[in-house]
Amino acid sequence: MNVILIAVIVLGVIGLVSALVLYIISNRFAVHEDPRIAQVSEVLPQANCGGCGYPGCSGFAAACVKAADGGGLEGKLCPVGGQPVMEQVAGILGMAAVASAPKVAVVRCNGTCENRPRNAEFDGAVSCRVKNMTGMGDTACAYGCLGCGDCVAKCQFGAISMDAETGLPVVDEEKCTACGACAKACPRGIIEIRLKGPKGRRVVVLCNNKDKGAIANKACKASCIGCGKCVKTCEKFEAITLENNLAYIDAEKCKMCRKCEEACPKGAIHGFNFPPRKPKTEEPAPQGTPNQNVEPAKAE
Amino acid sequence: MKTFHIGGVHPAENKLSAGSPIREAALPKQAVFSMFQHIGAPAKPVVQKGDVVKVGTLLAEAGGFVSAPVYSSVSGKVNKIDAVLDASGTRRMAVIVDVEGDEWEESIDRSKDLVRLSDRPDLDSKTIVEKIKNAGIVGLGGATFPCHVKLTPPPGSKAECVIINAVECEPYLTADHRLMLEHADEILVGVDLIMKAVNVTKGYIGIENNKPDAIKLMTEKASQYPNIEVVPLKVKYPQGGEKQLIDAVIGRQVPAPPAIPISVGAVVQNVGTAYAIYEAVMKNKPLIDRIITVTGKSVKNPSNLLARLGTPFQQLIDECGGLPEDTGKIIGGGPMMGKALLSLEVPMTKGSSGLLIMNDKEARRSEPQPCIRCAKCVSACPMGLEPYLLSKLSAMEDWEAAEKNDIVSCIECGSCQFTCPSKRPLLDMVRVGKTTVMGIIRSRTAPKK
Repeated sequence: MNVILIAVIVLGVIGLVSALVLYIISNRFAVHEDPRIAQVSEVLPQANCGGCGYPGCSGFAAACVKAADGGGLEGKLCPVGGQPVMEQVAGILGMAAVASAPKVAVVRCNGTCENRPRNAEFDGAVSCRVKNMTGMGDTACAYGCLGCGDCVAKCQFGAISMDAETGLPVVDEEKCTACGACAKACPRGIIEIRLKGPKGRRVVVLCNNKDKGAIANKACKASCIGCGKCVKTCEKFEAITLENNLAYIDAEKCKMCRKCEEACPKGAIHGFNFPPRKPKTEEPAPQGTPNQNVEPAKAE
Repeated sequence: MKTFHIGGVHPAENKLSAGSPIREAALPKQAVFSMFQHIGAPAKPVVQKGDVVKVGTLLAEAGGFVSAPVYSSVSGKVNKIDAVLDASGTRRMAVIVDVEGDEWEESIDRSKDLVRLSDRPDLDSKTIVEKIKNAGIVGLGGATFPCHVKLTPPPGSKAECVIINAVECEPYLTADHRLMLEHADEILVGVDLIMKAVNVTKGYIGIENNKPDAIKLMTEKASQYPNIEVVPLKVKYPQGGEKQLIDAVIGRQVPAPPAIPISVGAVVQNVGTAYAIYEAVMKNKPLIDRIITVTGKSVKNPSNLLARLGTPFQQLIDECGGLPEDTGKIIGGGPMMGKALLSLEVPMTKGSSGLLIMNDKEARRSEPQPCIRCAKCVSACPMGLEPYLLSKLSAMEDWEAAEKNDIVSCIECGSCQFTCPSKRPLLDMVRVGKTTVMGIIRSRTAPKK
């Protein structure tokens, strides 16, 4: 009887002392987290894709709270959630949401099997990174799509898939959240995260070839040869710049007149989602316009 | 018999051209001199379009300390300086010369007389290194590391011996083998020069045991040089790797990077480099030609050619009986470490030790199967790494773990991929990881400088 009593008392005292110590320590070293971080985190999509530039959704939430304390949510955007989520975030933080234009991934290569003949055969590991290390790859274009699908593997949203016929990745605009994972995965930097444009309309140079005109011309039927005709047609708006033998259209300056598309002798400039041209056009629909995807959607 | 201690494989030797004496290749019609014929900074062209050059005229100067100048191997007129597809598979800067006649710079001594080190008492180590540097000599084994850099030990380290790499462990290649049989005396003077350049009194020549004639001849000739010892080695790939050779010959292990061979007191040079050094120092001849093995099972006439740098590969193949009909792949270098070429217009460079033409059947890789955890790659790795793990980490992009598992120690010898029964593309993935991790390490250390 006595033994049991002693044991109970000793254990009870040890328990009390430990509880006291733990209580003091937990108070002393408590981490005070802004409750708003948890609130913001809750409305975020929890894709943890890193597309916002922060490590996961909670990292982004913390950054938003910090930015709100600093004045505004300028420059903070969850590409997956887009404007509606950012409005919710702004609501929690008591700020006005910064308007942001939606973006989309654009594959800047039109080197289809037909346009760009294969001059070698690659039978190493099926990976763009490996293939890129061999130099040019299996075509004469050192800048074009390698076609092994590293971007497809990286997309969390099933928004990008390889077209077996063209050998190029196709972006599903509906599913694409512009998180940028595919752009990072591409060893040749072909994929650009670009403004989606009004009604999804945009004009893009679908080429990434920085070689001199003669070489680029030989490598691919649809390559930009850096002739500068598009730059001339766009003198008024100055939206097109030519650098390293490659034209680039500034999406913010582009007025969607599509004159450059007509001017390009190689057909390297493409308009997306425009209605079919009226009379004298011979092109039925701009090539590379995506929208079919068999993969199941990963809805929010 | 000596050999290195960890890993290694033994691929079929296939030394088809071992019995074919070195012959001189014809002059090309147009020679292309890449500015990227060595590891390090690219050379900077010093000629312009229209300039008339002779054999041995400087075309481009070294672009830094770890770099090498490029000399013209032909006489003629500079056609243009432009980006040209080279053996790396990318388009890079090169000087293109239209060949006219064969006029040599007068400073080059073209006589065949042997000049020994004892005939030239004026040469001290500084002059030798300077001459080597100015001649544009790089490691001719294939790695093309500028030679003078290795002969200038960094402060705090001291060379104790010179090891000459005459192993030629790559299957098919016989350029070094033939060189030893035909120019043994010159090579030994070259070794003497290297030893003098780094101030050591001991030199070894490591030769694999599949070249008994070369071992016999070199041992015989080396008897006149008390400080030079010929070391026969057991046949095992990759014995020609710098670290493996040091282990095999003097039994010392080079630690993981950033340690280099000089950290254990060894200076390793290829036997072809020793010959080039002899020619540069004693004959004033810059590096303008080299011996290249053109071989393959379907090649009519596998040969060892003494060809001028800048000669297009197409011409070399034509000299050996033309391109066989069943060609599946053409490899610049040996079958283990060489790289498949995209075009035969690619010019020969300082690092071109061989041109291997594989037939259709040999060229094809087998379909990769799942890893069966047999760990053959682990036992084959001469660096003691775990290739299955590194390739997996690389595929998962876990660079931190890859670095911890010493991915940068990989010498890319390909033993793992060769030995894998599942034919997995191990080296492909490890190479991606190694390049990425090296980039990460460089960016981490760069700001401190």
